[in-house]
Amino acid sequence: MFGFLKKTATEQHTPEKTGWLSRLKSSLVRTGGQLSELFGRGGKIDEDLYEELETILITADVGMDATRFLLAELRHYVKVQHLTEAGQLKEALAHCLLKLLKPLAQPLETGTYQPFVIMLCGVNGAGKTTSIGKLTRYFQGQGKSVLLAAGDTFRAAAREQLMEWGARNNVTVIAQQGGDPAAVIYDAVQAAMARKIDVVLADTAGRLTTQAHLMEEIKKVKRVIAKALPDGQARLPLSNFPPQAGERTNESLRESGSSAPHEVLLVLDANTGQNALSQVKAFGDALGVTGLVLTKLDGTAKGGVIAAIAKAHPIPVRFIGVGEGLDDLRPFVAEDFVSALLGLDND
Amino acid sequence: MLDNLTQRLSGVIKNLRGQARLTESNIQDALREVRLALLEADVALPVVKEFTAQVKQAALGQEVIGNLNPGQALIGVVHRELARLMGEANAGINLATVPPAVILMAGLQGAGKTTTSGKLARLMREQMKKKILLVSCDVYRPAAIEQLRTLAQQLEIDFFASDISQKPRDIALAAQDYARKHHHDVLIVDTAGRLAIDAAMMEEIQQLHAALKPIETLFVVDAMTGQDAVNTAKAFGAALPLTGIILTKLDGDARGGAALSVRHITGKPIKFVGVSEKLNGLEAFHPERMASRILGMGDVLSLIEEAQREVDHAEAEKLAQKVKKGEGFDLNDFKMQIVQMRKMGGVSALMDKLPAQLSQAAAGSKVDDKSISRIEGIINSMTPRERSHPELIKASRKRRIAAGAGVQVMHVNQLLNQFEQTQKMMKMFSKGGMAKMMRGMKGMLPGMGR
Ligand SMILES: Nc1nc2c(ncn2[C@@H]2O[C@H](COP(=O)(O)OP(=O)(O)OP(=O)(O)O)[C@@H](O)[C@H]2O)c(=O)[nH]1
Ligand SMILES: Nc1nc2c(ncn2[C@@H]2O[C@H](COP(=O)(O)OP(=O)(O)OP(=O)(O)O)[C@@H](O)[C@H]2O)c(=O)[nH]1
Ligand SMILES: [Mg+2]
Ligand SMILES: [Mg+2]
Repeated sequence: MFGFLKKTATEQHTPEKTGWLSRLKSSLVRTGGQLSELFGRGGKIDEDLYEELETILITADVGMDATRFLLAELRHYVKVQHLTEAGQLKEALAHCLLKLLKPLAQPLETGTYQPFVIMLCGVNGAGKTTSIGKLTRYFQGQGKSVLLAAGDTFRAAAREQLMEWGARNNVTVIAQQGGDPAAVIYDAVQAAMARKIDVVLADTAGRLTTQAHLMEEIKKVKRVIAKALPDGQARLPLSNFPPQAGERTNESLRESGSSAPHEVLLVLDANTGQNALSQVKAFGDALGVTGLVLTKLDGTAKGGVIAAIAKAHPIPVRFIGVGEGLDDLRPFVAEDFVSALLGLDND
Repeated sequence: MLDNLTQRLSGVIKNLRGQARLTESNIQDALREVRLALLEADVALPVVKEFTAQVKQAALGQEVIGNLNPGQALIGVVHRELARLMGEANAGINLATVPPAVILMAGLQGAGKTTTSGKLARLMREQMKKKILLVSCDVYRPAAIEQLRTLAQQLEIDFFASDISQKPRDIALAAQDYARKHHHDVLIVDTAGRLAIDAAMMEEIQQLHAALKPIETLFVVDAMTGQDAVNTAKAFGAALPLTGIILTKLDGDARGGAALSVRHITGKPIKFVGVSEKLNGLEAFHPERMASRILGMGDVLSLIEEAQREVDHAEAEKLAQKVKKGEGFDLNDFKMQIVQMRKMGGVSALMDKLPAQLSQAAAGSKVDDKSISRIEGIINSMTPRERSHPELIKASRKRRIAAGAGVQVMHVNQLLNQFEQTQKMMKMFSKGGMAKMMRGMKGMLPGMGR
């Protein structure tokens, strides 16, 4: 079951950070251990089993609502499938969790516009700037040219931090000393158009959603980006790829307006508890978030709050972060996430 | 609005009302609600289990005493137990050592260590008149050293320059040596963020600790942290002899249940809380308030403190006194609150600091930044005497005020209602503490389930 992880680990030779896989595994062994004990004891499905499953979901930050929902689904599934053996319950739960999470697995397709402008947002310290560093590597790996915009003009050395990621990836970073975040990103979009850059990644300062003036500021950033690259200005591609199922088609994009930013990524820290829901809601209301990045999954935190999000405000999860190195980014794969969360490999 | 204990328990209390005593079974319902509320507040499950067991013990004891309303008794117990578990207020920084006293910062990535290092330096300089040296041992994160250097520069606090080619331990020892020679009272050592399961990095910080022998080893925790707080706290607590906790980003709307988890697991005091990105945003920890926050009780007092920080000191002090005494809160104060609210980023920014029912009522009655300007306008058209004696405002005065503010009499009435509720609320809060407030809330606010 760890097939995916093994494969990616051998594919990507990342000598400086091979640790994440083993860390991920070792952290999952605990969950897995819990589960094998739970299911390994054989016998029939009973209330204790459900209660232990509830514990596992809650301690993964799935939250009460989604946990109740999943357990109800599970009971239903057990009934219609006529399951009776304790050993069958784990696959059943995986099935229910996957059903909930699968719709979130929609890869980010950046071929639709040029430049394709991606704006990142999120609370303080979630991993926005680091994710930009990794995304740059990822898009370059797809043969795309990338330009970075240092839109965090507030935090100490935020600009220098992004410049370092630019240098590591050998890409241009548009930055100003001090200045207005919207203006910096506007300049970056202009530069990207002039240079025929494929992807623009715009960093923004971390902000808590309770800070009304900062939420207004970031709305303005988005409006200004739209002005830099209004409807019809971005080159529409030849469309040599079929639109993803469930993805916005070019058709609907044209209708809903093709102005930049083409993707608003909300970066969430996997350590975050139920507040992630409030982040999704608040940034969603302010900016119309189109995708999520879940960082720091290389730790012991499970990121189960994604399940709560899937239930309350579903938004595609584009990527997961599994370390602090350039290559520590993966597209979100629901099956793998479910296996990891439930520790399915450790029987 | 998030579910929270105040909402949950109002239902349970209704059920308990009329029942003469708490029984094993009816307390079970109430405890289930407590458990859910705590989980929604991100208190870790093992901690929740222990806590509810304790509450049950204490509550069943109350039953013997008898005379109380069962709901009152239970809420009292919950809040008291929670506040008790949170530890003592105002655990300061320990500097009782041969200078330089070393403070070592530790925590997960992005928790707020570097920012808090700057804040702590500022606080100790302002409040304790100490000479401080800051140093960064983060040779990993891009521009981490530069970040601390910038903060030191903004604060005009001495900074010991380091370089990513150096080893963290060498940096730290050199800084300590420098601090000794230059007679610094305190050396604050910032470190890289690390995962508790990253063995090499945990060993690194253990070595730093062994070399520096810090008098304070502070574990910096993000208030938004979820269930995994227990695992992290366990691991950091096992690797390092922690002396205290700093809880950051409390200016957000997270309920902050991690505070209880981390406090419970490490047994160390929460020394400070971070309440802003700015360098003056570090405050003493108040267990009562944190308990209220986790329970969703809001936090009127810290609201007032925030006001003090942002606005006129004398005025805010007066208000705080009034509120504490529960008397004399008049329309002038109400208006001042509104002005402060503006300065603090508007209504929405404050919603989550208010007790749940209040903010819900506010949301229900569509109090937004626009209606706030209207309220301000109305109060402005009152005479000073009317402001300090709102009971004088009868029909004809209402008409005059409405005309003056360019609104309808209805709006004036609305404002007066709102004011009255706030006034009651403040009285309740100051006099009877939580239990009384809970009871009072029922009839007090519009739109509240009855
Ligand atoms: N272990 C781990 N650490 C990460 C990951 N992503 C980011 N980090 C670390 O988290 C910390 C914060 O990351 P940043 O990229 O600076 O976060 P940010 O959201 O830009 O922060 P602000 O701009 O200050 O709001 C840094 O120490 C990063 O190295 C991840 O996937 N795994
Ligand atoms: N709103 C708010 N933001 C805070 C607070 N404390 C820290 N921050 C912000 O949180 C983010 C991360 O803070 P840092 O001080 O860089 O965190 P760190 O623990 O040093 O991060 P690493 O060194 O990458 O592990 C920054 O954007 C800070 O401005 C706080 O109390 N309130
Ligand atoms: Mg950043
Ligand atoms: Mg730092």
